[in-house]
Amino acid sequence: MHDLIEVNYLRWIPLLPLIGAVINGVPGVLIQKNWGKRAINAIAVTPVLLAFCISVYAFFQLLGQEPEKRYLLDHMWTWIDSGNLKANAAFAVDQLSGVMILIVTGVGGLIHIYSTGYMHDEKSYWRFFALLNLFTFSMLVLVMADNLLLMFVGWEGVGLCSYALIGFWYQTYENASAGSKAFIVNRIGDFGFAIGVFLIFWTMADAGHPTITFRDLAANISLIDGKTFLGVSVATFACLMLFVGATGKSAQIPLYVWLPDAMAGPTPVSALIHAATMVTAGVYMIGRMNFIFSMSPTALTVVAWTGALTALFAASIGLAQNDIKRVLAYSTVSQLGYMVLGMGVGAYAAGIFHLMTHAFFKACLFLGSGSVIHAMGGEQDMRKMGGLRKWMPYTYWTFLISTFAIAGIPPFSGFFSKDEILWKAFSSEHGSPLLWMVGFAAAGMTAFYMFRQVFMTFWGECRADHHTQEHLHESPPVMTYPLVVLAALATIAGIWGIPESLGGSNEIEHWLAPVFHAGGHGAEHHAAHGGIIEYALMAASVGVAALGIFLAYLMYEKKSLSPDTFTELAGGAPYRAIYNKYYVDEFYNAVFVNGLLVITRLCAAFDHYVIDFIVDGAAYVTRFVSWVNGLFDAYIIDGIVNRIADVTLGLGTRFRHLQTGSINGYLYVVVLGVVLVMVVRLV
Amino acid sequence: MTIGLNGFLIVSAIVFVLGLYCVLTRRNAIGILMGVELILNSANINYLAFARYGGGSYDGQIFALFVIMLAAAEAVIGLAIVLGIYQTFHTIDVEATETLRG
Repeated sequence: MHDLIEVNYLRWIPLLPLIGAVINGVPGVLIQKNWGKRAINAIAVTPVLLAFCISVYAFFQLLGQEPEKRYLLDHMWTWIDSGNLKANAAFAVDQLSGVMILIVTGVGGLIHIYSTGYMHDEKSYWRFFALLNLFTFSMLVLVMADNLLLMFVGWEGVGLCSYALIGFWYQTYENASAGSKAFIVNRIGDFGFAIGVFLIFWTMADAGHPTITFRDLAANISLIDGKTFLGVSVATFACLMLFVGATGKSAQIPLYVWLPDAMAGPTPVSALIHAATMVTAGVYMIGRMNFIFSMSPTALTVVAWTGALTALFAASIGLAQNDIKRVLAYSTVSQLGYMVLGMGVGAYAAGIFHLMTHAFFKACLFLGSGSVIHAMGGEQDMRKMGGLRKWMPYTYWTFLISTFAIAGIPPFSGFFSKDEILWKAFSSEHGSPLLWMVGFAAAGMTAFYMFRQVFMTFWGECRADHHTQEHLHESPPVMTYPLVVLAALATIAGIWGIPESLGGSNEIEHWLAPVFHAGGHGAEHHAAHGGIIEYALMAASVGVAALGIFLAYLMYEKKSLSPDTFTELAGGAPYRAIYNKYYVDEFYNAVFVNGLLVITRLCAAFDHYVIDFIVDGAAYVTRFVSWVNGLFDAYIIDGIVNRIADVTLGLGTRFRHLQTGSINGYLYVVVLGVVLVMVVRLV
Repeated sequence: MTIGLNGFLIVSAIVFVLGLYCVLTRRNAIGILMGVELILNSANINYLAFARYGGGSYDGQIFALFVIMLAAAEAVIGLAIVLGIYQTFHTIDVEATETLRG
């Protein structure tokens, strides 16, 4: 616990984007009106770039330390101190979060710049950038948090920003409901995540060491060894709960359904949130909590299989989609499946490595598709595109490079990261040849659908209508430069993780090793070099990718092989299934949404017939009692009062005649009275 | 010859009866007031007579002084009321002023 370095500048990495968000978010509409969109640009982009510079500085400070001392901590204040629960508002940067903050601020900065071009004609310009900055802040809090609770704050923050940005054009009902869907589905995952956090804290407190700080947990996690909860070991239970959170954020089966719909948001949002950063939060969280996942082989198996199946499942859906962004969305789900697969077989470094390369090439692909959509005047259907490389050389070349990267063609970065995961899936103690097979099949599909996209969009004849063709243009430099940078990164990022079998040194694995061995548990199995097997598998995955590309070429460019050959297969049923995304949305609708509706209606009926009956009954009783009271009041109380008044009136009527107004008369009476008194006295 | 107590009492009774008769029969308000004066004076005669022939104290004489003073005040107030009645009704006939009849 002593070998850390206290610093006080890390807080500025998340705070700068927050400042940008506040300035643009609160008086943004006035800024835009008075100083124009340039002022909004400056306020939004500068903090992210500054945060990137600070991140680079922090990274170099890490580099300058001994490997075991690479831990920067910026402790700001004690956030919660209640009983034995202590949480600090503290930011930490170690090898893992160091990589993450570079990705978030670096890729995020590029996307901010790109957005200034893409969103140029948007009216609510300030709102967009305020939310984008707020997202960057939340994501940085998520990755830099030094404890689970602060991480949860970021975790929820990114979900909120994601919701707001998916529904950015909320005037359309579909967009608004896509945002709600993302939020609600994520909420299911967040529920699991929260339970996992509670269970870990509770068990640690039970074992006499209450803590939720990552570093402390990693050092003392052996305390939960052998403890059980509901008959399951705590490690397994907590891991599965945390993993439920990860399936929500990182779009794994069964909670992936929100991500394809999230494409309703502006394309830079898809690139930043739904490809490069936020959706990797689940993967990052598993990496961060690796010490506890390593304690539970059961949980790891679940994680690995979920990842592998998601990779295959989403890739197969991607084969038949025609919307340019939807293909990329399913591709993202599929690639996230790879990362989770890597995590599940204990190859945490490989998973994080793929997270990084994926951030580069997928951000580039999304931004490229945004550039295409921009040029096509909002059209997203690939069947109406084609031949665009003639008009959009920058977009085309960067898109192509990234496609090579995602397809896993050497020497592009995707090859190294994906191959590392596949090899670990095959060789690791948690892996199996079956897992490798699934990943391998998904790799072939990935290559196919990505090149199908390239051929349909950029090659062949232009199928757009005349009007659109006339307006085709390359995007402005603020949009193409980020593409070039990302494409360059997508090309070269692989050198960081060239495996030893190919003469590299797999630097990223050595760099991240201290984080992933921290628990001293299930120390990552150093896969012995498989020699010939490793080379064979490598060749096989490149081969299947090449086969996918070749098929795509035959079907969509040369047209010598009709796609119908496959769509008609087995009576067309498999094609219809993947075209309709396996009817998962319909299934969820029928089972969960309608199930909820049925329960809701039952509740409504209960409300109507039971609660309302009681309430109405009470009202009737009250009315009856009031009616009786009214009668009593009218006849008894009023009767008494009226009778008294009647008597008084009657007496008055009779006695009034005594007052004659004649003074002599009165005097007679007086004299008469006196005489009477005297007579009585005398007698 | 000495006039005894009875002589005073007889005079007093005659004056009282005359006053009473005046009060009861007069319709003129001033006449009624004059009748009241007679009644008060008959009481005064009684006071003086009992003081002279009674215990020998001066109580009766002092009371008579009070009655004279009261009669003066009563006459003032009574005449003021009569004046007010006259201004309102233009008459001082008590039979005509019977607006308070029930």
